[in-house]
Amino acid sequence: MAELLKIRSEVEEFHKEYVYRNNQAEESRQKENQAATQIQSWFRASKVQAYLRHLHKKAIIIQTIWRGFTARACFRQMVKAAYFIMKMNFYEEMAVRIQRRWRGFFVRKYVHSFYARQSYLEGVRRKNELVRRELDEVEELQKRERDCLELVKEQTARVHQAHRLHHLLSTKQCPGVFNSPFRPAPHEMEQLLRQVKYQAPSRGMACLLGMPGPAAPSFPGTPRSPWIKTTRTLYSSRPILPPIASKRQQVRW
Amino acid sequence: MSQRQIIQVFEQYQKSRMQFVQTVADLASRPQNIDILQNAGVLSLLRPLMLDSVPSVQQTAALALGRLADHSDDLAEAVVKEDILPQLVHSLSSQNRFYKKAAAFVLRAVAKHSPELSQAVVGCGGVDALVLCLEEFDPWVKEAAAWALGYIARHNASLAQSVVDAGAVPLLVFCLREPEMAVKRIAASTLSDISKHTPELAQTVVDNGAIAHLAQMILNPDAKLKRQVFAALSQISKHSVSLAEMVIEAEILPAAVTCLRDQDEYVRKNVSTLMREVVKHTPELSQVIVNCGGMVAVIDYLGNCRGNLRLPGIMMLGYIATHSENLAMAVILSKGVPQLALCLSEEPEHHMKAAAVWSIGQIGHHTPEHAKAVATASLLPKLLELYMDASSSEDLQAKCKKALKSILQKCTYLPGLEPLLYDAPSNILKHVLCQFSKVLPHDSKARRLFVTSGGLKKVQEIQAEPGSLLQEHINAINSCFPEEIVRYYSPGYSDVLLERLETYQPA
Repeated sequence: MAELLKIRSEVEEFHKEYVYRNNQAEESRQKENQAATQIQSWFRASKVQAYLRHLHKKAIIIQTIWRGFTARACFRQMVKAAYFIMKMNFYEEMAVRIQRRWRGFFVRKYVHSFYARQSYLEGVRRKNELVRRELDEVEELQKRERDCLELVKEQTARVHQAHRLHHLLSTKQCPGVFNSPFRPAPHEMEQLLRQVKYQAPSRGMACLLGMPGPAAPSFPGTPRSPWIKTTRTLYSSRPILPPIASKRQQVRW
Repeated sequence: MSQRQIIQVFEQYQKSRMQFVQTVADLASRPQNIDILQNAGVLSLLRPLMLDSVPSVQQTAALALGRLADHSDDLAEAVVKEDILPQLVHSLSSQNRFYKKAAAFVLRAVAKHSPELSQAVVGCGGVDALVLCLEEFDPWVKEAAAWALGYIARHNASLAQSVVDAGAVPLLVFCLREPEMAVKRIAASTLSDISKHTPELAQTVVDNGAIAHLAQMILNPDAKLKRQVFAALSQISKHSVSLAEMVIEAEILPAAVTCLRDQDEYVRKNVSTLMREVVKHTPELSQVIVNCGGMVAVIDYLGNCRGNLRLPGIMMLGYIATHSENLAMAVILSKGVPQLALCLSEEPEHHMKAAAVWSIGQIGHHTPEHAKAVATASLLPKLLELYMDASSSEDLQAKCKKALKSILQKCTYLPGLEPLLYDAPSNILKHVLCQFSKVLPHDSKARRLFVTSGGLKKVQEIQAEPGSLLQEHINAINSCFPEEIVRYYSPGYSDVLLERLETYQPA
């Protein structure tokens, strides 16, 4: 009996335990379920991640190989370009050297030619001398012309003066003012007075006398002053003037 | 009274009028009588006589009026105020040639004093009447009319424009061909007065073919005509390159160069003015003038004349040298620099000196060769002296400074630079020292000369602020010489030595 009671109490116990455990299980069922789900999800995730990792690794390998390939191709291209540029630089530098020499030569020969400048300056110098000489000649010529004109003017003035002073001519008896006995030879004015041909002093008188006016015989081509006496003697057209009343000669003293 | 007596009264009145007018005209030809005549109210008396019935009274009255107006501008203004001008202008078209000549003389006498009076003459239609007179046959009428137009056009551009608008220019060019010398002279002078104001007026004159006639007249022996012709050509060519080229293309140059040896000094002056106006435009024109020997003739001309007449020649040399260093070298070769030096020393006027200084600066600033040529003529001390002189005008000082600076920057001729070390102010001195510091490091003979001539001593005596450009140049110069020599020439070296003597103990 005791065992029955014990078994019954054990069954009771068992019931209680069962209920208790069920209750407990019921209480923590949610939690445990949750935990189980978590664990399972974690495990699934690991599986997937492991798979993805694997995939990534392989993809990366493929990509590195590809990138290496394209980079090497690019690099080869860059090398070619750099080589080309180097060559071009070299050519350009050489071309610049040639051009530099050529330009220097050209400019020195044609544009800023030293010898052309020298010859130009030499030409200017020579032209200067020439011009100076020519101008001097021209000036000299003009001066001579002017002097000549002055001389002619002076000569005509002197002849005019001689004509006015005709009365001072020296005669056989009485020497004139310009023919002083103390001189070795007569003064030039005396010579001029001898050469000058006497003329009627006023035009009114000439008209009165009916003269045809002072007619100088004009030799063809030679302009003569009308007062210079010609070698001809008095021509018949001129009336002979009445003789001057003779005065007693003054005593020469 | 009988008819004869009545007529005698009128004849007497006419005789007395004639006498009055003639006497007034004679008196008016002397300047001292003018005031007295003016106070006696001669204008109001002359005015009705100009409308007189007898032509000779009219003419003499007009002549008297013209002489009065000629002498003073008060009388000319009075003439304008009294409204005598309109009746003069009106009668210009109708009367005989003596009256026209006298009336043109009055207009000229009025117009010559000031632009306002000329404007009054233009305002009452004087210009058109004068242009009509230019078409007359009588040469003296043409001369008087052209002279009056010349005086009107002289004052300013608008008056000259009004003369041109009245159609005077073709008639004036026609007058140039007249046989009378006086008409030619006056026509040339009027053309020069018209064309001097603006390029458009000069272009109008040229378009009427004036240049060809003017060029022909250069060969004429008459001196006064040549003066006017060259003046006209220079006024035309001063405005622009194309006008100057047209003048040169008329082949005036050989004859113009010959005229530089003419007797008359104003002919020479006007030729050199013409050359200056042509040369200042472009290098090609300067080249033409240099090539035909014009420059040489101008340099000789500078030697022969004095005073203000030299100014165009000096400026011409300056303009030629400005264009290029070839031309400047040509100036130097033709012995231009000694001539300019002579001009600088002989001329007392400041503006002449300023022009000479400017020309020298233009010649010397191109290359070291040019600067050497200027320095060997010992012009640099002269320029410095003019710069430092307190009595020089502002303009002269400014030009001296500019010329000195520009020449010094290129000068490597050291003996020429040495005199400048002694008196120059610091702004000039720094250029001098700069040149020394450039040349001395490379030339040993120059260094020796520098030391023996006392230049190094002078350089040591110069005091400059440390760090300034002057001090840098001094340092550069000092570094060309050994330490002992520099110390030897430094000021107060003898005191330093004596001090050392004091402290020396013989062993």
